[in-house]
Amino acid sequence: MITISTASNAIGRARVSRLISISGGILVAIAVIAIVVPWLSPNNYLDTDFDNILAAPGLAGAHLFGTDDLGRDLFVRTMMGIQVTLLVALVASFVSLVIGVLYGAIAGYVGGRVDAVMMRIVDTLYALPFIFIVILLMVVFERNFLLIFVAIGAINWLDMARIVRGQTLSLKEKEYVEAARLTGVSTPRIILRHIVPNLIGIVIVYVTLTIPQAILVESFLSFLGLGIQEPQTSLGALVDAGVNQKENAAWMLLIPGGLLALILMCFNFLGDGLRDLFDARQSP
Amino acid sequence: MVKYSLRRLLGAIPTLMVVVVLAFLLVHAAPGGPFDSERVLPEAIKENIDKYYHLDEPLPQQFFRYISNVVRGDFGPSYRYRDHTVTQLIAGSLPISMLLGSLAMLLAVVVGIAAGTVAALRQNSVVDRVVMAFAMTGISIPVFVIAPVLVLFLAVKLQWLPAGWSGSTGAARLLLPVISLALPQIAYIARLTRASMIDVLASPFIRTARAQGLGTYAVIRYHALKPAMLPIVSYMGPAIAGILTGSVVVEQIFGIPGVGQFFVTGALNRDYTLVLGIVIVYAVMIVTMNLIADLIYGVIDPRVRYR
Repeated sequence: MITISTASNAIGRARVSRLISISGGILVAIAVIAIVVPWLSPNNYLDTDFDNILAAPGLAGAHLFGTDDLGRDLFVRTMMGIQVTLLVALVASFVSLVIGVLYGAIAGYVGGRVDAVMMRIVDTLYALPFIFIVILLMVVFERNFLLIFVAIGAINWLDMARIVRGQTLSLKEKEYVEAARLTGVSTPRIILRHIVPNLIGIVIVYVTLTIPQAILVESFLSFLGLGIQEPQTSLGALVDAGVNQKENAAWMLLIPGGLLALILMCFNFLGDGLRDLFDARQSP
Repeated sequence: MVKYSLRRLLGAIPTLMVVVVLAFLLVHAAPGGPFDSERVLPEAIKENIDKYYHLDEPLPQQFFRYISNVVRGDFGPSYRYRDHTVTQLIAGSLPISMLLGSLAMLLAVVVGIAAGTVAALRQNSVVDRVVMAFAMTGISIPVFVIAPVLVLFLAVKLQWLPAGWSGSTGAARLLLPVISLALPQIAYIARLTRASMIDVLASPFIRTARAQGLGTYAVIRYHALKPAMLPIVSYMGPAIAGILTGSVVVEQIFGIPGVGQFFVTGALNRDYTLVLGIVIVYAVMIVTMNLIADLIYGVIDPRVRYR
């Protein structure tokens, strides 16, 4: 349906690409700073500075973001939190990407009864209160770092599977797939060599949208004390510590909370923008 | 319609079964029992405890005992709160959580739809940009960040509203928790409404209504609102899931004695029966909400045929 005139569409598109580059740029900058700058700080994430307990952000003792109630440097800890948060999100999204793409591509390509059963399973799983199952998982298996990746990845693959399946349904009608089938290429090989590579565009868009979800789940778990364990930290764990000190040391809450929101916002803008551009090209 | 509802109701049972089986198996796969502590118990006492909680039976037998009890509303004894059954704990804390949740949902629907409609009517204007910027911010700030920040500024710094639950009475103490819970949902619903309203407003029947000389209010109220509501109705299921998740955090932050609080303390205390019971209750709520949303969908859009 044509809702917007071509002129405003072009303007909209320019605005969307500007948003994409701004949010992408901020994310890259945050990641680089979080990885590089802690090396330059004289402090590390463990050492306690007894002369500067709950110090406000400033230059005293090179505590740019101040210190926490144990006198640990919050700048280094926040940067470490960003690293952990981004790492968990990326690995978890990768897990969900692998599961979702394979599942969706198989269901879509094989079709028929297999497809019906596989998608029925997805529908059933959709209605599960996954976050609570993950909490249960964390309780039962002692907050294993690896498990956090897998658990979050295992939640997020459902959307991916649905989208990939839809895309595969139209891809499998293409001539080159028919040609491959005609020359006797096996089904797994067609899926891996002909279907999956052509899904990359849409997959990238939706991965960008699953990353903020993964970040949310990880920080939610860490906030509840069920995720990353001390002395390691993540943005969610830092916010949790900040909540307890908010009256004496507002920066302990505001800095990691603000950065978490900024990162999430950038990923949301990026994903939304990419989807807009992609869909605009898909349905002219 | 009745037939369809029954069919959907039956369809919800496998989902619930998956939840219960998964949760049950997970809890029983736990290394170390709920009664493990530093103190080594004499063998005889351990045996008696296991017997009392039926932990000595084979797993399938335990499972069927549990299921048949759950169906009758009995979630078993709590492992940590020795004087209470899980049913008592949930029944005691559910009303307050339900109150919070439904107020937040109401607020989210009303404000979200209003904001989204206004933005759609003035597409690409300053108003639209501002509303959408707020919506994006609302989506991006997690509940566990926005709630303490609101407390910090509105309760601690400005002292307008009470910061906690126990220190005050009356409706004022509901305000901050409900707003914190509702904000992300307001943002989502506003975005959904804007998108679907723009779509609907571009359709021919709206143009016809306008051509007949109907004012903007009448067009929205009598023609555009209903079809534009469809995506919001489908979003009700995920919305209730979001509010339940948020309530876990909000109850923690404000010290509200609701189900979410028991869930977290239960999780940290390894009170397996309590956690298992709450997961089941949450699952039932989400499945029910999805069902209700499906039925409302059909009422709003008669083109949906009940098969």
